Amino acid sequence: MSTATAPSVTTPPAGVPKATPGRAGSRRTALLRWLFIAPALLYMAAFFGYPLVRNVLMSFQRYTPTTYFTGEAPFNGLDNWRAVFSDPLFTDALWHTALFTAGSLLGQFTLGLALAVFFSRRFRLSRFVRAVLLLPWLVPMVVAAVVWRRILDQEHGVLNAALKTLGLTDGGVPWLSSPSVALLSAVLVNIWIGIPFNMVILYGGLQEIPRDLYEAASLDGAGPWRVFRSVTLPMLRPVITVVLVLGFMSTVKILDLILALTSGGPADATQTLGTVTYQLSFLRLDFGQGAVVGNVLILISAVFAVLYLRANRTDFGNGK
Amino acid sequence: MQLRPVLPVLMAGVTVAFGLSGCAAEPDPGTVTVLNSATDTAEHTKNQKFFDRCAAKFGLRVEQNSVPADQVSSKALRMASSHSLPDILELDGSELPQFAETGGLRSLDDLGVHTSGLSDSGISLGTFEDTRYGIARSVNSLALYYNPELLQKAGVRPPRTWDELRTTAKKLTSGGTYGFAFSASPNADGVYQFLPFFWSAGGNEARLDNGKGEAALRLWKDLVRDKSVSKAVVNWNQQDVNDQFIAGRTAMMINGPWQVPVLEAQDKVEWEVAKFPVPEAGDKAVPPVGGTVMTVPKSDDSEREKNAAKILNCLNTRKNQLDWGEAVNNVPTRAAAARAYAKQNPKLAPFADLVTTARSRTAKVGTRWPAVSDALAGAFQSVLTGGSSPQAALRRAQRQATAGE
Repeated sequence: MSTATAPSVTTPPAGVPKATPGRAGSRRTALLRWLFIAPALLYMAAFFGYPLVRNVLMSFQRYTPTTYFTGEAPFNGLDNWRAVFSDPLFTDALWHTALFTAGSLLGQFTLGLALAVFFSRRFRLSRFVRAVLLLPWLVPMVVAAVVWRRILDQEHGVLNAALKTLGLTDGGVPWLSSPSVALLSAVLVNIWIGIPFNMVILYGGLQEIPRDLYEAASLDGAGPWRVFRSVTLPMLRPVITVVLVLGFMSTVKILDLILALTSGGPADATQTLGTVTYQLSFLRLDFGQGAVVGNVLILISAVFAVLYLRANRTDFGNGK
Repeated sequence: MQLRPVLPVLMAGVTVAFGLSGCAAEPDPGTVTVLNSATDTAEHTKNQKFFDRCAAKFGLRVEQNSVPADQVSSKALRMASSHSLPDILELDGSELPQFAETGGLRSLDDLGVHTSGLSDSGISLGTFEDTRYGIARSVNSLALYYNPELLQKAGVRPPRTWDELRTTAKKLTSGGTYGFAFSASPNADGVYQFLPFFWSAGGNEARLDNGKGEAALRLWKDLVRDKSVSKAVVNWNQQDVNDQFIAGRTAMMINGPWQVPVLEAQDKVEWEVAKFPVPEAGDKAVPPVGGTVMTVPKSDDSEREKNAAKILNCLNTRKNQLDWGEAVNNVPTRAAAARAYAKQNPKLAPFADLVTTARSRTAKVGTRWPAVSDALAGAFQSVLTGGSSPQAALRRAQRQATAGE
């Protein structure tokens, strides 16, 4: 495996006189190696390690605006955790986050994969249409949400106007104004936003699959569905894992879309862990309680990151 | 080979250097720094004009630093932790208690900033636990805007009581036009609009379930059930409500004086302002008072605090308050200036009248306001979307608002 190859420092190219072997040399090499790692290590410690540790600590502290003035943040044990977990809103938000993430990933992935397979065949205008489909990715999330708010408006929105013309609804669907529909609407908008990402990565993965596998399959008399299931899907597995895990990470912490679309309403129907953290930390300025929810989010992401790493290891372990 | 380690060492060095430095440069003694939310170019320029007018008198300079309104408090907190707070910090009135509680703000009385002659509502906006920390040059509130053309067509007059509001709104509703609109979004906008109904009915933000506030929730629910108000109000912020009014999709709306420039810039609909409808004839409307207050953060340098105080006193003279109120369509807090303002702006006079009875959101509950605000939003949202009765909603809201105690 090429990734495990040691740095080439120890094997100077031919023609260059060898450095004096011995203790001093190997110590220098070791030092050199550490110096190469040092920038990355420092960067990780400063920008990932430190904030993470601080966030965990903060969730056990009474961290309020006063802290910023006096620098004092007394530890208060499990008070923050107790307050957050006893709030019914937290349980609701956890549940909404789960539904939102599962629904978004399912929709984004299925549609993204279907489009990727579709565009992997060459036809007139395929490049152009593919480029157009990428557009949602380029639109800032808040802009997309504001536009969708207008599209989904119960009375004057384009979507309900279209549905009315088709005779599918009389009074219009209360997309954003009914607690039982709003979360679904948010999922639909997020699917629209996520399709391009899924499509592009999966399309790239499809290009990597050797053509001769398809030829062999068709010689063996496999139909399109069989080819998809027995050749495309297994060959695409590593890419699928990457897409799903990255999609999961960006979906589970959703905030901007929800804030711009519904502000968490109506009647808290679209509150997610992201919006609850925002409310606690930046509106109530109770940073300790906000950190609790943030830690729960980090924990959830960490679990999935570990699963991803393990899945990846087995993939590469099989020599793929 | 010899050169190889240089790059990583350099990078490591740079990283450490960045980590250690981070001290702000000492500001110039003749400059007074301000943090506010005047990110809009016109607003920023207007502010600068008034600052310059006052600074020139004392041979000072004023430097404005503006960030979006919802980021002022977090920006100020970051500045506090690095001891780089500005000389004047302009906060939204509802954020003042959280800052005053930290002990990081100077009492205005100690600094010799005069607040006598200011209206009660103006003073209450800058007061925390009986100490004045902030001074408001002008304040805003809410009133009833109506489209005189549509009212005339329907043969009705602006409603004065809640009963009239219901019948008038019903008569004004036809085709694609609703009779009435308000913001019921689950954030500060919706809560600001709910308060005048809640308070006028006798509701108490410290005891949400005292039974009186239910009438306000019932009124909102009835208006939506009558179909005089769109069901989509639960998604509308105050800007959306104004857009609906300008598009001619609603004949009346609740909104604030900050919409005046937008309304004046269009000629699609005509508009007038009326007093806030009250529960029964003869009742007094109790709207919320909104706006920003200027505070002076504590500094090691008393000279800087004194300069800031001089600027504040100058900004709040009768004339400067009146000019400022005119510039931003808000009501001056100096009672004499407010009277002159009402006389010069008869169209906006209902706002000037309301400010005399208006109340500050934080006067009773102080630093607990954000929690109370969330609880109130939850109450009207769940009632409007059919989830619960007004009584159950307010009982739950009271539990929510006091959960942390």
